Amino acid sequence: MSNDIAPQNSKAADIADDLDEQEKAAEKSQAAAALKAEYKELALQGLWKNNPGLVQLLGLCPLLAVTSTVTNALGLGLATLLVLVCSNVTVSAIRHWVPKEIRIPIFVLIIAAFVTCVQLLMNAYAYGIYQSLGIFLPLIVTNCAIIGRAEAYASKNPVKQSAFDGLMMGLGFAIILIILGVVREILGQGTLFDGADLLLGDWASVLRIEVMQLDSQFLLAILPPGAFIAMGFLIALKNTIDSQIKAKKVADTDLVIERVRVNFDS
Amino acid sequence: MAFWIASSPHNHNQTKTPNLMRLVIYATLPGILAQWYFFGWGNLIHIGIAMITALVCEFTVLSLRKKPIAHELLDGSALLTALLLGICLPALAPWWISVIGTIFAIVIVKQLYGGLGHNPFNPAMAGYVMLLVSFPLQMTLWQPPLSLVAVDLNFTNTLTTILTGFTVEGYSVEQVRNTLDGITMATPLDTLKTNINQGLTVLESLNNPVFGDNFALGWEWINAGFLLGGLFLIFKKAIAWQTPVSFLISLFICSFIGYSMSPDSSASTMFHWFSGATMLGAFFILTDPVTGATSTKGRIIVGLLAGLLVYLIRTAGGYPDGIAFAILLCNMSAPLIDQYTRPRTYGHLKGDK
Repeated sequence: MSNDIAPQNSKAADIADDLDEQEKAAEKSQAAAALKAEYKELALQGLWKNNPGLVQLLGLCPLLAVTSTVTNALGLGLATLLVLVCSNVTVSAIRHWVPKEIRIPIFVLIIAAFVTCVQLLMNAYAYGIYQSLGIFLPLIVTNCAIIGRAEAYASKNPVKQSAFDGLMMGLGFAIILIILGVVREILGQGTLFDGADLLLGDWASVLRIEVMQLDSQFLLAILPPGAFIAMGFLIALKNTIDSQIKAKKVADTDLVIERVRVNFDS
Repeated sequence: MAFWIASSPHNHNQTKTPNLMRLVIYATLPGILAQWYFFGWGNLIHIGIAMITALVCEFTVLSLRKKPIAHELLDGSALLTALLLGICLPALAPWWISVIGTIFAIVIVKQLYGGLGHNPFNPAMAGYVMLLVSFPLQMTLWQPPLSLVAVDLNFTNTLTTILTGFTVEGYSVEQVRNTLDGITMATPLDTLKTNINQGLTVLESLNNPVFGDNFALGWEWINAGFLLGGLFLIFKKAIAWQTPVSFLISLFICSFIGYSMSPDSSASTMFHWFSGATMLGAFFILTDPVTGATSTKGRIIVGLLAGLLVYLIRTAGGYPDGIAFAILLCNMSAPLIDQYTRPRTYGHLKGDK
């Protein structure tokens, strides 16, 4: 590492160089391991521990409003994912030049720009889904999950990690959207992927699956209250799984008998 | 001689939940009897289906929650919920209506909020509203009174209609609902609302056979039956008299104002009292000790509010009857009303903290 001391002869210099390289390699591998751990942690945070839909409960308005079918959920999930990754990358890239005092308006402008792009793209290439998402597409601007990531992560971390964070958070959000969409579409209409051709092109109309034949629609599942109830069940399921994992861990480690000295001073 | 000194209260109330629930169930009997006499077996079958579903649901959830099953299962609260829901359902609705309604009422509205005593909403009414919102078609399969039905609706016919949608002879629900004249029947409240919207006066609509001789054929006696049961409950001190009385007075005043302003387009006060679910709501649902207000003043306010809401929904709302919606709205506001109508503690000044 240190090149302050001048090498006395060529042999010594070679040894020093070797040592240098070894140290560098070790450091590099350490850094790579740390980076890998960070990526793993980011994925875990986005998909499970800190899921925007289930744990942070951010962006509930589109989450509950458009998940009446899988297609809508998928459309909004993809749009949000795209905006989230792009805004995270941009915010992270310009993080050294943004004055701290006015960072929020700048973030909002960046997000709004990307939302406009996504909206125009959808208008051009997936007009059906653009129409059925309606106001909730431009409303992605106000999705607090996006500005939350910009503020909490992207504005403090390098571009690569921020992009990965955006991807994972977006995926976590999209997965919850899709699960809700599946539950509500099956209960409400008895189908899956109804109208998928609106989003994915004409070939996708073969995706439509008739899960069960319902004589009458179960309107509660399609209406917003059903979304709230289904969301409640999803959160409860997640908490149950978490507490079971926790209980298992406690059972594994809690075998040590501790002796406590009782004294009357404290 | 030594006196045993104990602190107050000295007079303990020995009433237990199962006793109270049983009393309320007995008190619904006159109304159910009238319902059976005028509308046949439909509601009794629905009550049966709902009760079985309620017990199964309660058992499942209680065992999942690791609660004392026998104790809570037999306290009668689930049975009462099922009973009230079964009374409210249209007699010819398919069987899965009462099953879904009861599952929603017991599992989601009651148990997920923490079981008996913790539910903010009346389970039976929440279940009913869920059904009304989710299955508008099935929930309007009201059956006209037996005297107006052309098909002989005996027990087997009603049972097969509920289970399969057809009577033994093969008449569909729609055919059963047609009267001798071939007109599909609705409830009196519904008929009146439609007629007024079409520009008919109240007097003209009263010619419709569903109104009978007085206010509403059959319904008036059902309401009278529930009124009787309610008076019995008040006499037994199972419910507080303030809620039903203030509710009925409020509904009376509202409908009286409406009637005196435009008698052609609004129904009479007694029609509002003796049709739909007025008496059932007043005495059996609004007085629910868990979801209603608890202070005396609070009960009066809740009753007045419910009466106003029922009148507004019946006359200006989209649904013909508004008891269930009004009661859910009152349940929502009951904690706030209780907060502002706390009774004065003995020994404290008014407004003293």
